[in-house]
Amino acid sequence: MAGAQQLSSVVIRFAGDSGDGMQLTGSQFTNSAALIGNDLSTFPDFPAEIRAPLGTLPGVSGFQLHFSSEAIYTPGDICDVLVVMNVAALKVNIKQLKDGGTIILNTDGFDPKNLRLAGLTEETNPLNDGSLDKFQVKQIDVTKMVRELLKESGLGVKEIDRCKNMFVLGLLFWMYNRDMTPTIGYLEGKFGKKPDILKANISALKTGFAFGETTESFAVTYEVNKAILPKGEYRSITGNEATAYGLIAAAQKANLSLFLGAYPITPASDVLHELSKHKNFGVRTFQAEDEIAGIASAIGAAYGGSLAVTLSSGPGIALKGEAIGLAAMMELPLVICNVQRGGPSTGLPTKTEQADLMQAYYGRNGECPVAIVSANGPSDAFFAVYEACRIALQHMIPVFCLTDGYIANGAEPWKFPKSADLPKINLSFTTEKNSDDKNKFLPYLRDEKLSRPWAIPGTPGLEHRIGGLEKQAVSGNISYDTDNHEFMVKLRQEKVDRIADYIPLQTLDSGEEQGDLLILGWGSTYGAIKTAVKQAHNEGKKVSHAHLRHLSPFPKNLGEILKNFKQVLVPEMNNGQLVKIIRDKYFVNAIPLNKIQGLPFKVDEIKQAIEKFV
Amino acid sequence: MATETQTPLFTSKELVTDQEVRWCPGCGDYSILKQVQTVLPDFGRPKEEFVFVSGIGCSSRFPYYMETYGMHTIHGRATAVASGLKISRPDLSVWIVTGDGDALSIGSGHFIHLLRRNLDVNVLLFNNQIYGLTKGQYSPTSEAGKVTKSSPMGSVDHPFNPAALCMGADSTFVARSMDRDPKHLQSVLKRAYGHKGTSMVEIYQNCNVFNDGAFEIFTEKGSKKLETLFMEQGKPLIFGENGDKGIRLDGFKPIVVDIAGGASANDLWIHDETDRVKATILTRFFDNPVMENHLPRPFGIFYTEERGTYEDGVNEQIERAQQKGLGDLDKLLKGRETWMVG
Ligand SMILES: Cc1ncc(C[n+]2csc(CCOP(=O)(O)OP(=O)(O)O)c2C)c(N)n1
Ligand code: SF4
Ligand SMILES: [Mg+2]
Repeated sequence: MAGAQQLSSVVIRFAGDSGDGMQLTGSQFTNSAALIGNDLSTFPDFPAEIRAPLGTLPGVSGFQLHFSSEAIYTPGDICDVLVVMNVAALKVNIKQLKDGGTIILNTDGFDPKNLRLAGLTEETNPLNDGSLDKFQVKQIDVTKMVRELLKESGLGVKEIDRCKNMFVLGLLFWMYNRDMTPTIGYLEGKFGKKPDILKANISALKTGFAFGETTESFAVTYEVNKAILPKGEYRSITGNEATAYGLIAAAQKANLSLFLGAYPITPASDVLHELSKHKNFGVRTFQAEDEIAGIASAIGAAYGGSLAVTLSSGPGIALKGEAIGLAAMMELPLVICNVQRGGPSTGLPTKTEQADLMQAYYGRNGECPVAIVSANGPSDAFFAVYEACRIALQHMIPVFCLTDGYIANGAEPWKFPKSADLPKINLSFTTEKNSDDKNKFLPYLRDEKLSRPWAIPGTPGLEHRIGGLEKQAVSGNISYDTDNHEFMVKLRQEKVDRIADYIPLQTLDSGEEQGDLLILGWGSTYGAIKTAVKQAHNEGKKVSHAHLRHLSPFPKNLGEILKNFKQVLVPEMNNGQLVKIIRDKYFVNAIPLNKIQGLPFKVDEIKQAIEKFV
Repeated sequence: MATETQTPLFTSKELVTDQEVRWCPGCGDYSILKQVQTVLPDFGRPKEEFVFVSGIGCSSRFPYYMETYGMHTIHGRATAVASGLKISRPDLSVWIVTGDGDALSIGSGHFIHLLRRNLDVNVLLFNNQIYGLTKGQYSPTSEAGKVTKSSPMGSVDHPFNPAALCMGADSTFVARSMDRDPKHLQSVLKRAYGHKGTSMVEIYQNCNVFNDGAFEIFTEKGSKKLETLFMEQGKPLIFGENGDKGIRLDGFKPIVVDIAGGASANDLWIHDETDRVKATILTRFFDNPVMENHLPRPFGIFYTEERGTYEDGVNEQIERAQQKGLGDLDKLLKGRETWMVG
């Protein structure tokens, strides 16, 4: 289209009632951006209630999308465009819009009833009170137009109103020069069996597009070109999908069956959903009666020789504590995925937080060290969980894989790997007696990793019992001997520590190896830290960034790296957890930077912190 | 019937481990261990295919004394651990050893779900109506008013009736036996092994230290014949000193009749272990034996039913999915929509 204005990046936030289909609108727009080749990052922001009362502030559901012709790492601090279906959505999200930004709003959602539900009156109606003067406001009566359009469709008003989001999507497709075909294909797949609903949705989509073309208020269209990313084939992926795929891939590469024992919980359930679709890989998903049964069943499957996984979020992990200790005592391979959310207790189920690191480190009775890895973004969850499986299997130990709500639901382009390029996971079951005289099976005889043999039921001659009682070294028999207990506690710690010999050394993500300030991050703060550091570098500031994959044990050279900096800043979406562990372990001047709002860091928040130091 | 049993692949002796048995002398657990070790070789299955999974309690020490594969897990969770094992390894013969506290208190949540799902496993519920390992607190099967360390004025709790609970949870095999009747216990264990589905065997077990004599009236010579009712498939429900008493159903009401006194044997209730309604009534023969006109306590198999097992359902779905083509990792990673850069 002639006259399209070129932009390098755009942040759009879609917001409406949770029944307005904003997540779908957002993800379809994301898809179109992906297919064009933009780099992108998304942030779905769900309400805690599935359907809070219509029109109210708690019922607002949002989806933020950042798409760009350059490499980007966050969903954007602030929006260029805000699409709102009602006044509540405007009220909740207006803070996120930049001055001069565009608001596209559905005027029907600003009627007296909606105003009342949002706690406003005609006097305080933002359409009339001047509060929107600094923005460009596009008012459209979407409801009216869609009802008019579909009045002959034979559908009821409720069903017709459900098509509003497609009208809005069509309009945005026009604004940003996007092709409607993939979305039409998606609708055909979704509503193939309901032709009238399919027709209505497509018709609303096309009408929205045409509306952009014909009305004068939308004179300009924009173009965001494809990003220059590393060459290759890409797809879009969310963190929960990546977690599920990583587990399947690890099972395939280790030549084991995958078993998941889990109980549904936000924001982890989608991993359970995804895995249960892939039975053709021999995946067994067991929706247990509670989280304890989830992990207990996984322990049973691990003893039987499966790659065993349990999955939950903080409250469920709390319930699993005793069983994690059992797996640690039995020294069985077990992967524990924690998709963290705001806590404590039920906390903020739909919001993100990184506040379960201490729980993973210390959240069990007795001395019970385990290995911990974490993912730094949606696609990275694939590699993080793959690494968790590798460590669990090769070291016969429970391993935590930490992601969070932001990673779980966020999407980004992924240059997906070829299965042949994935690292091998070598392992074998023990089939022979292993005592010196080959006369006995000793289940707790260790190799150089301090890992014990995995002998599975059905193997003749290796019958053995394992349990949660303290055991004698080597034989694994019950032992209440006091010296033996101390020895075993130290041994189990040493076993975790020794994993450090089998993981990569820590590298810097950017910056010099020495200096005044190192930013040490873990998990989903990656994108915001990376972007802030990049901006600081562009301004000539000296700052370095290291991001941890392995949290327990830490890479062997981490101490060396830390000592090369005068100060270490540790941004976390919690009240300071990694920072405590780092200070404890390395005696360095680590300074916390905390955000505990159930929201990811903004680039600017990190940037300002950097400026305080350099 | 020696011709019918398969040649044993191992002997009972080979099932004894090198671990010193730590139960109190005289504990009923010894007999149960012995009976299990006696019947296992008869199943014609290699020793390495048996797995005993237990929770925590005196009873749950059991796996350490069985030279098979075994897991001594955590309190109440043996059922859940065993579920994961059986789902992923349907080829194994999985046995759960649990106590009245382990299965019906801390593990009650998992216990009922195991029953409704009907995994093909065998549950040996050692019911001693007390917490043995923690030294004698009342358990969920202790009779109301039980005086223990934690209930000096008598417990206020109404007890569970385990067999009735199992019927309520749609169990497909419900049986009761006792430590003091080795032959009976052996025959019930064999039936449990033969049943495809969750076989729940409640075993009255004497804890001679903290609840001695809890089942004396059922197990000891003087009273056993009068107080117990041994159910046999297709046979009339008869008990009493010389088999002189019987049970007749009057509508849904069981009535004790005196055969010697002239009641017709033809009117007696014929045991049908596939009849759910009658089995439910039988599990309700649960009167306190000190009550006047109480019914005898039934032993044997209350109920069996053939129902598809959980693991078969799971594995059938996997087979069906795989018939459409085995999973292809590269296809999975690629997904439906991709685009090229460069
Ligand atoms: C989580 C947990 N809570 C409490 C205990 C303490 N505990 C061990 S065994 C037991 C009760 C055992 O009773 P039962 O299951 O009837 O077994 P028994 O010893 O009678 O065979 C209790 C309360 C424990 N081991 N773990
Ligand atoms: S305490 Fe009771 S149940 Fe436990 S071993 Fe001793 S006698 Fe047996
Ligand atoms: Mg007990």
